[in-house]
Amino acid sequence: MKLKNKDILGLKDMTAEEIGHVMSTARTMKMILESNSKKTPHLQGKSIVTLFYENSTRTRLSFELASKYMGASSANISASSSSVAKGETLIDTGKTIDAMGTDIIIIRHPMSGAPHLLARNVKASVINAGDGMDEHPTQALLDIFTIMEKRGSLKGMRVAIIGDIYHSRVARSNIWGMTTLGAEVGVAGPSTLMPPGIEQTGVKVYSTVQEALIDADVVMGLRIQLERQKKGLFPSIREYAKYFGLDEKRLKLAKKDALVLHPGPINRGVEISTFVADGEQSVINEQVTNGVAVRMALLYLLTRRDSVEGPY
Amino acid sequence: MRVLIRNGHIVDPESGIDGVYDLLVEDGRIAEINGFIGPVANCCEIDAKGMYVLPGLVDAHCHLRDPGYEYKEDIESGTRSAAVGGFTSIACMPNTNPVIDNQSVVKYILNKAKTEGVVNVYPIGAVTKGQKGEELSEIGELKFAGAVAISDDGKPVRSSSLMKKALQYASMFDTTVISHCEDPELSDEGVMNEGYRSTVLGLKGIPAAAEAVMVARDLILAEYANAPVHIAHVSTEMSVDLIRQAKKRGVKVTAETCPHYFALTDDACEGYNTNAKVNPPLGSGKDARAVIEGIKDGTIDIIATDHAPHHVDEKNVEFNLASSGISGFETAASLAVTHLVKPGHITMAQLVEKMCANPSRILGLSKGSLAVGRSADITIIDINEEFTVDPSKFKSKGKNTPFAGHRLSGAVYYTIVGGEPVVSEKILIR
Repeated sequence: MKLKNKDILGLKDMTAEEIGHVMSTARTMKMILESNSKKTPHLQGKSIVTLFYENSTRTRLSFELASKYMGASSANISASSSSVAKGETLIDTGKTIDAMGTDIIIIRHPMSGAPHLLARNVKASVINAGDGMDEHPTQALLDIFTIMEKRGSLKGMRVAIIGDIYHSRVARSNIWGMTTLGAEVGVAGPSTLMPPGIEQTGVKVYSTVQEALIDADVVMGLRIQLERQKKGLFPSIREYAKYFGLDEKRLKLAKKDALVLHPGPINRGVEISTFVADGEQSVINEQVTNGVAVRMALLYLLTRRDSVEGPY
Repeated sequence: MRVLIRNGHIVDPESGIDGVYDLLVEDGRIAEINGFIGPVANCCEIDAKGMYVLPGLVDAHCHLRDPGYEYKEDIESGTRSAAVGGFTSIACMPNTNPVIDNQSVVKYILNKAKTEGVVNVYPIGAVTKGQKGEELSEIGELKFAGAVAISDDGKPVRSSSLMKKALQYASMFDTTVISHCEDPELSDEGVMNEGYRSTVLGLKGIPAAAEAVMVARDLILAEYANAPVHIAHVSTEMSVDLIRQAKKRGVKVTAETCPHYFALTDDACEGYNTNAKVNPPLGSGKDARAVIEGIKDGTIDIIATDHAPHHVDEKNVEFNLASSGISGFETAASLAVTHLVKPGHITMAQLVEKMCANPSRILGLSKGSLAVGRSADITIIDINEEFTVDPSKFKSKGKNTPFAGHRLSGAVYYTIVGGEPVVSEKILIR
């Protein structure tokens, strides 16, 4: 099996088979990652560029290590240090990178749809590393990988996503991916941060965090950007933590062995308490490890689209 | 020059004509309408059999981008585009550079239209100096220089107090204030209609309330000032309802919508299609149906184009960065035929009211009718001819349309301005 599209723009259009294929490849990659020698020749002769218009530590590092472990030549461009600051259009920047023989461009951009625009204008494969409030597909794939590793399947799983759904590309990608795989996804958060029409994506919208958590198999907290408070979306950090934060007491409403995920970085004591984040049910650190494996898998699969070999 | 239009179906609600007649144009005016007009010497004859002969279309709302943004459009290209779309008179909005906030810019446009334009051009002046929303522009002088209305279109007049004064002052000069209704705090940084589609695309939504709140304010102020207000580009169900109620109460309000608000929904933004980015944004299906209802029951008086041409570079960017607007002249009439007349929502007579008579009356022009003695502004349309929208063929510099590839009914065969054919057999000849 091969990936259908040149690009990984989102999970909205990815089939269950494709996700399954990424998962099985990622499992192999994780074995490599956990071995003594983190070096494979899979991407030898391939060149990969990360083009980040937004700050990022973990996603960028994760992609960078994934390419390095597999022997690719990689380079990084940041918005501040590149011609972006001089007003070059995204299309022109993309075509320039393309013309240098790049195989994969990994883009993060504050505006939804920017990776789509780039993908339409370059020959290279484009991976969306997060665009505005649209999608963050590699994050959702690593979340799904983490859950599947622990539970085998997403089918019938009750997943509660808690927090700022409105601004969250992580939530959107997870909603698409998890519902595709048969999970029952519920969301809860302040009504000012609940996107209109979200129920039409197939999720259940709960009016309280407590209701969403009842009997959940998976609990996902989302990062709340503290500056949202200044825009009047919630009254105070204190009140946010009080009514929407994930703490030990609330977590008890979920199943006893419910997994706790968070895409990071964490605001301790705001959307998630330290005890929950560092507790036994938390898989937050494993998510980070799995992120590298999933990204290795995606890079590998994208460079194999034209080859005649079977899956890894 | 004489023009004899034979056997066309003439529709002119103002003179009560709706049937097949011959029409004679002499010295730039309508000379005679009759069942049969005998041979006329030195006359260009047009066979309009099977076609509709309408008063030249009047557009109450367009952007010609001249002066200042000639790379988007200028008076020459804009008026040619209008003619191809069947428009013989167009009123252009003042968000040019410099803004049409003083009489010299009005005169510049009128002069340029006279030498380079092919249809009648009527400038609309700004409500406030520089459209900054701070001080009233010289509304009296604008009016006497030739401005047909005032508007800060493109943005609202934020201050309720200033809007009240504008309504009061403009009404002294028999000038209508055209209001772009948008509460900027509510629309915030939104780029499309708020709803399921904006959620899926992860684009910041503009709630329907952003328009309706301002419509409500302006209706209240117009009632208070007992002055006319014209609500531009009505796009939401809530606004239609508010205007309907106000009309019942006797408020001097008129309203317009544009073809994209009844022909499309926010689904057109799918795939981050920047050609569907427009302000106010394309609404939900419910909004589109309410706009059609408003057109049917007379709540909405005018179908205007809001022709807003942009350069390709301004649309071929991230959705958030793309300019708002649709190049509308060359599809407006066909969209109205296809989405309103063909499905039976309105008759051709109502279409003439919305696209000729009402805009002419509201802007105080003596256009929009084929009554004998009127200047011979005539549009001849075959409403049964189908075509596929191809923006590369547009005469406008702006190729920005979400209707590319749409199959539409209604081809403009002739556009006659002051007795002179500008479009003949679908071809621009001037």
